[in-house]
This record gives sequence, C-alpha cells and structure tokens, in this order.
Amino acid sequence: MESLTEEKLKSMELIANRLREDVIRMVSHAGSGHIAGPLDMAEIFTAFYFHILNHDPKQPNWPDRDRLVLSNGHICPIQYAALAHAGYFPVEELKTLRQLGSRLQGHPHRGILPGIETTSGPLGSGISQASGIALAARLDKKKYQVYCLTSDGEHEEGNTWEAIQFAAKNRLGNLTVVVDRNKIQIDGPTEKIMPLEPFAEKYAAFGWNVVEIDGHNFEEIIAAAAEARAMHDQPTVIIAHTIPGRGVDFMENDYRWHSKTFKPGEAEKALTELREARGKIKSERE
Amino acid sequence: MLNPEAKLNPNIFDEDVAQAPTRDGYGEGIVDAGDANANVVALCADLTESTRMDAFAKKFPERFFEMGVAEQNMATVAAGLGVTGKIPFIASYATFSPGRNWEQIRTTIAYNNANVKIAGHHTGISVGPDGATHQATEDIALMRVMPNMKVFVPCDAVEARKATVAAAQVWGPIYLRFEREKTPIMTTTETPYVPGHAQVFWQSKKPEVLIIGCGGLLYNALLAARELEEEKIGTVVLNCSTIKPIDDKKIAELAKKIGAVVTIEEHQVEGGLGGAVAEVLAKRTPTPIEFIGMQDTFGESGAPAALIEKYGMGVKDIKAAVKRVLRRKR
Repeated sequence: MESLTEEKLKSMELIANRLREDVIRMVSHAGSGHIAGPLDMAEIFTAFYFHILNHDPKQPNWPDRDRLVLSNGHICPIQYAALAHAGYFPVEELKTLRQLGSRLQGHPHRGILPGIETTSGPLGSGISQASGIALAARLDKKKYQVYCLTSDGEHEEGNTWEAIQFAAKNRLGNLTVVVDRNKIQIDGPTEKIMPLEPFAEKYAAFGWNVVEIDGHNFEEIIAAAAEARAMHDQPTVIIAHTIPGRGVDFMENDYRWHSKTFKPGEAEKALTELREARGKIKSERE
Repeated sequence: MLNPEAKLNPNIFDEDVAQAPTRDGYGEGIVDAGDANANVVALCADLTESTRMDAFAKKFPERFFEMGVAEQNMATVAAGLGVTGKIPFIASYATFSPGRNWEQIRTTIAYNNANVKIAGHHTGISVGPDGATHQATEDIALMRVMPNMKVFVPCDAVEARKATVAAAQVWGPIYLRFEREKTPIMTTTETPYVPGHAQVFWQSKKPEVLIIGCGGLLYNALLAARELEEEKIGTVVLNCSTIKPIDDKKIAELAKKIGAVVTIEEHQVEGGLGGAVAEVLAKRTPTPIEFIGMQDTFGESGAPAALIEKYGMGVKDIKAAVKRVLRRKR
C-alpha cells in the first residue's frame, strides 16, 4: 500500500462523492435497485479499489490479485461504479445497469464483467465463497488476501454462521470480512427484525479477530485492513459502523431507502446535495 | 440376449453375482481422480465413511476438508475453491446436498459456473431402515432443471468409479448420484463409458418395448427382459447413466424403431429420468411410455428389497408395465 498523504485522502473523498453521484444516477435511470447500502459503502469501496487492494484493472484475472468478494450483491451499484472508475470497464457503461443485454446485472454475475469474483445476491453465501478462495490460496501457497464485504442483515442467515465457524477452524488469516453495520434492512431496523447484538462479541466468541471502525473514515478503514493483513492464523472481521443513505440528507438513517425507488425530483435533489458537498471538499483542498 | 459390445459381467445372471454399492465405486474413483490431478479436493459433511470419502481423506489429508454438519457452507466453500482452480467434490446424503443447499448450488455453483462436483449419496428408497427423511427421491429432478449442471447416475459400482473419474475430467458443475445398498455388478472395466452416451445392455432379436433405466434398479430391468424373452416378448434395455445431457439421439432412434417405452428409476416419476425421456420423445417422436418409479409418494422404513417391491419397482412390476405399454402400442 502507498502512504496515506493528506492529498490522497482528499482525492479519495472526491472519488467517494463521485461514486455516490453515479449510484443515484444509475438507480434512478434503472428505475429500481437499492440505494441506502451503496451510499453508505462509498468510502469503503473507494478505500479498497483505490488504496487497499493489490490489483490490476487491466489484468482482472491476474492470479496473484487480492480478491474482493461482494456478499450482499444488491449493493452492486457502488461496486460497479468503483470498478468502472478504477478502470475495469468504461464509465459510460454504468448507465446500462439492469438493462436487457447489460453486463451490469441487477445482482452481480461472475464471468461477464471484469472484476466480479463471484455471483451473488442470495444472502449469506459470501463468507463461505471467500473462505473457499482463501483455502485455495493456501493450497497454492499464494500470498494474496481475500476480502469479503457483507452486510449486518446477512448475519440472520444460518449459512453465514456456518462460514464463520469454518474460517475460524481453518485459521484463515488470509481472509478479512468487512460488515456494513448500517443497522437497517428491508423491513426495518435490524435490532427490531432480529437482534444481532452483542455483534462484536459473537464474532470474538467464534474465534475471530474483531476490529470496529467508523465506516466513513478512510484512515480507520485503511488501518483496519492493514491490521487484518498482518494476522496470520486468524480471520479478521472489520465491523464498519455506517449511516445508511450517507451523503444525502433526506435518505440518511431512513430504512425505507434500503430499496425504495425515486419519486420525481428526488434524484435531482440528491445530486444537488452531492454537488454541493463536492464543492466543499474541493475548496477545503485548496 | 446381453449386448456383446457392452462387455458386461459374464456372471451377471448367476445367483451369486458379485455385488457392491455404487458408493464404493465413488470412493475408489475419487482416489483415482486425486492421484491423477493434484487440484482435486474433497469436502464432506460429517459422513466421511458412509459416503466412502475415507480412503481419499487418508491418502490426501491436506486436500480433504471436514465441514461438519453444514451442507450450505460445504456447497459455497466449494464454489470458492472451484472458481480458484480447484476441482472440489462435495458429499453428503442427497436429501441434504443437493436437498437442503439447493439454492446455494443454484447460485454459487451452477449460475456462477464453478467447477464443483456434487456427490449425492443414499438415494432412492433402497436406503431402507432410515426411512423417508433419508431417502432422496427428488434429487435428479432438482439437479437436472439447473442450467450448466450435468447429471450422472451410474448403474453399478464399476460404472460409478468411471463416472467419478470422468467427472473430475469434464469441466463444470456435475451431480453424481449414488446408492447405499449393494447391487449386482453388471458392467466390467472393459465396458465402454462415455458421459452423455446411453448404452444398450439387452437386445432381443425382435424388440417390442424399449426399457430405459438408470442406477442399480437397471438390474431388475435385465431380469425382467430375460423372463419376457421366454414369454416371447422382445425388449431392448438401455442404460441411461447420463441424465443430462441426455442421449436424445439414441433414445429417439430406438423409440422410433421399437414404438413403446418403459422407464425405470428409484426416483419420483415426475421430473426424473422418466420425465427427461418423455421430453425427448414428445419433441422428437411421440411414443407411449409407462413410468416405473416412486408414484408421487414418500417412502418409509423397511428392508430395501421389500421397499422396492412395495413401491412397484420389482421385476414383476416392470414386466406388467411392459405388457401395459404393449397394449397402448398401435
């Protein structure tokens, strides 16, 4: 990883802002899709694709690349935006999200779009798939790191906990899970739908190294990823506390935006707010 | 008479014909596959001995993963291994895998096109005393409906070994179906085996009915064919050990020539081998069919042979079906 200068931090803030704009445009143009999750993961996706990952967008199948597995496939608009801006495919293609014949499926599909490591969407299978890749890396004596980005709601799935047991048993130090702890899901707040707390303690009891961070703070995201990478015989979970809908005032902390569609004028209103935020980041930079 | 080209077991009709469960062939085949290719890995859900993975586990401990009773995790971890250059075999009883973990197989193995082999054990009602919870009679249907998935149902332990070795060589998701009980060894190491090719085991001079079967139950078809021959009713018995991709050319060709079909399988008659054959014939050459198998019902505890009789898959039932379909033949 390169060093984290003030300039790099600002450039990532601008990228995250741009990814949020793209998410609003993509979902609004598609007429359906999820919004709150993609918005709250903008800093995390930016940090991964523009700082943490050892990857080469021009060689998406490079055998030694770090793997980023997206478990909660429904937040793919933010991953698509990050992949496009990182150089995996043309940014113009983003507007084809969910259209007939597009490589940008409603939920991501491996093999048709560069940078997508696994097909996902049905919840709870990402940590398992990432564990399988981490196991293969160990068998092949490869040094790459496997990252799985997942959601808090997915921890209601039995499959998720099966994977958590398995990764601990096999001491998969090359596996890092990042949980978007935004505390919402389709039907309401997670703690009302099916309480997950004490969440960090559960992971610790299963034998994982646990780090809790502010999921909007680049320095914390990057430091946590570095700590995880240094672990050799234990998987790490980074519980990233986020604000659902982050960056757009009228969406923040409102669970209905998990998968709500835009009413006329709402997308424009969100884009105006994000433009203003960009101006602010830029002026601070000067 | 037996088809000489199939090079079948010469002692096939002896009372003391050699017997072995198809799962034994799987156990040998996976060791062969592991010897041949270092990328073959095996995962099992707390049924290592019963699914005959113990020899592989002993020989290749670094390539064997005990998953515990967690079939959903087993399928999805295998998917991760399968997209990273490994050739994982996953095994459990078929009611649990591909039963319980069907969606994981659909999304992360079939749609994801991961190079994973799914071994479903304890299929059919010949599982016996464990009862209906452990008797998989829907698995062929569950797997053959999935795009990208192939389905192999070997007829005996010798063919099971070949099918397992072939599964490691044929790229892509494959479902392999195995049985718990000993069944007669019909084939030999000389019997040709090509995935996707159905093979004539019995050929009468003037066949009037084509019997298509898969799995150990095919032996009952051969016994029925022999008795029918004595009653002057000629048949062809076809071993359809690849259900998907099905050998539609050979099935249509024979059905057109012969004009009546009986299918036999230790599986629900809907959606399994019978369903697959009916689809082929409806498209290519509509032919009357009688279906031997589980008739939309669950099994129960009991001795395997008694269950086969009770649920209408015995030799006399096959003979009766042959006579029924003959009456429907124009």
